[in-house]
Amino acid sequence: MPASVLQFIYLVSGVLFIQGLRDMTHPRTATRGNQISALGMFIAVLVTALWFEILSPLVLLAALVVGGAIGTWLAVTVETTEMPQLVGLFNGFGGGASALVAGAELIDQFTTGTSATLPVGLTASAALAGLIGAVTFWGSLVAAGKLHGVVGDSPVSTNVGHALKGLFFLVAVAAGLFLVVQPSLLGSVPLAEWIPSFWVLVVSASLLGIFLVVPIGGADMPVVIALLNSYSGLAAATTGFVLNNTVLIIAGTLVGASGLILTVIMCESMNRSLTNVFFGGLGADSDSEDVDDMYEGNITETSPEEVTMLLETAGRVVVVPGYGMAVAQAQHAVAELVELLDENGIDAEFGIHPVAGRMPGHMNALLAEADVPYDKMRELEEVNPTFSQTDVVIVTGANDVVNPLANEDDSSPIAGMPILNVSDAQMVIVNKRSLSTGFSGVPNPLFAEDNTSMLFGDAKGTMQELVTEYKEATN
Amino acid sequence: MTFVENLTLFVLAAFVGYEIITKIPTNLHTPLMSGANAISGITLLGSVVVAGSGSTTLATALGFLAVVMATINVVGGYLVSHFMLEQFSRGGSNR
Repeated sequence: MPASVLQFIYLVSGVLFIQGLRDMTHPRTATRGNQISALGMFIAVLVTALWFEILSPLVLLAALVVGGAIGTWLAVTVETTEMPQLVGLFNGFGGGASALVAGAELIDQFTTGTSATLPVGLTASAALAGLIGAVTFWGSLVAAGKLHGVVGDSPVSTNVGHALKGLFFLVAVAAGLFLVVQPSLLGSVPLAEWIPSFWVLVVSASLLGIFLVVPIGGADMPVVIALLNSYSGLAAATTGFVLNNTVLIIAGTLVGASGLILTVIMCESMNRSLTNVFFGGLGADSDSEDVDDMYEGNITETSPEEVTMLLETAGRVVVVPGYGMAVAQAQHAVAELVELLDENGIDAEFGIHPVAGRMPGHMNALLAEADVPYDKMRELEEVNPTFSQTDVVIVTGANDVVNPLANEDDSSPIAGMPILNVSDAQMVIVNKRSLSTGFSGVPNPLFAEDNTSMLFGDAKGTMQELVTEYKEATN
Repeated sequence: MTFVENLTLFVLAAFVGYEIITKIPTNLHTPLMSGANAISGITLLGSVVVAGSGSTTLATALGFLAVVMATINVVGGYLVSHFMLEQFSRGGSNR
């Protein structure tokens, strides 16, 4: 087979990736898109394995089987609530693999030549892949650990931390430059003399990855996960430059673009800049006396019975779910409630904030798991104008995304963040276990408003009670 | 392929990616993310090449580890997206 055949097949799988993404633009075709993309991957891997006449097919097969088994096991056993940390973990593996490939390729060149024989394109791309890959790997591990509760998730921001990040970044860049510049400066030096600088680069990039993510609070994790996703794509694209492989470049770039776009969307949804996410901790210092003043005497408590009476006379109901609902696994009960309301002729929908949950679109995936129809999930811009014609809003497990301080208080850490304007509705029911703050650490004056009643309790138990009460009342 | 040709490909792919991905609705962002994640496992190709042609033991060992990690990424990513998307289409067609 001539080499152009290989290139042609790579083009085909590149096209399959693009078509697969195009099908993801609608839920009806999305499953097919995912399969098309997987087919592209299968073809690319198969043709590569055949083409390069892998020396040790057994070793390769063993690696594929081990990796495939672990991947399948993780995908089958994951809960939808744990999806973000799994995606984070997968991200890390993608980045890590890119760094290892770059290293292995460099080492491979040791035995065959001197530094003068290495093209600058190869060393430069290897350095980039090592840098991005190592940052992605360790950063993702820390992010996944935070989401899983293994690593502390409170935001910390210290000058020492910033200085260390800068130091590790400079060391990594210096080692990378050394790698690139040396071949031309020193002429024919045995490669083994300068290769260690690659490992210096990898180690400092690893430390950089860790120090970048450790100080970032849990609320900002959707942004971090999206950004690391972008990095893992860029790492793959850079590996493509190292190995001169077109499909790596195309696919890696697509992922890089996807991650970057999601990052921007997440940042806009929280009105935070990337610099802010990475270098400023989200305020954890709320004045507790003010909070007591705000809530004191202004909190109305309600019960499932009372809420049921409200629902019976309502014409339009919007449910606003948050991560608290997800953790309590209450999505099935909430979905059932909305279905019941719908059957009784009430206009019932979900209002979903883009950053509800722990990664972009996470809440939609959780509700889909509970069989909520696609057209019942309304996005922020769609649902906000309808609140003034809504009789009852049920907020369950959400906090920061309905905090009016975002609109009212310029000094608040969440100032300017687009929120769901639930208080425009006739009645707001807030289901929450206590008056504690959300991830941002900011108290919520919504709880003390006149048309708000608190329905205290765990989301799952409370929502199930509500479903039972409503069934009894309407039968 | 020269570096400039590779760069051309990179820039064009970035534009195509931007055009398509901005059209994907918020609802599908989580499956998009795990799907894109699986695509980033394309780095598996690089791993396959290196694991096979590695002329030193260290390079082969690194290549092996890279293949394992990339395969986890690919297989897990596509499966997770598939399960999620099935739930979306089921929720949409039931009622």
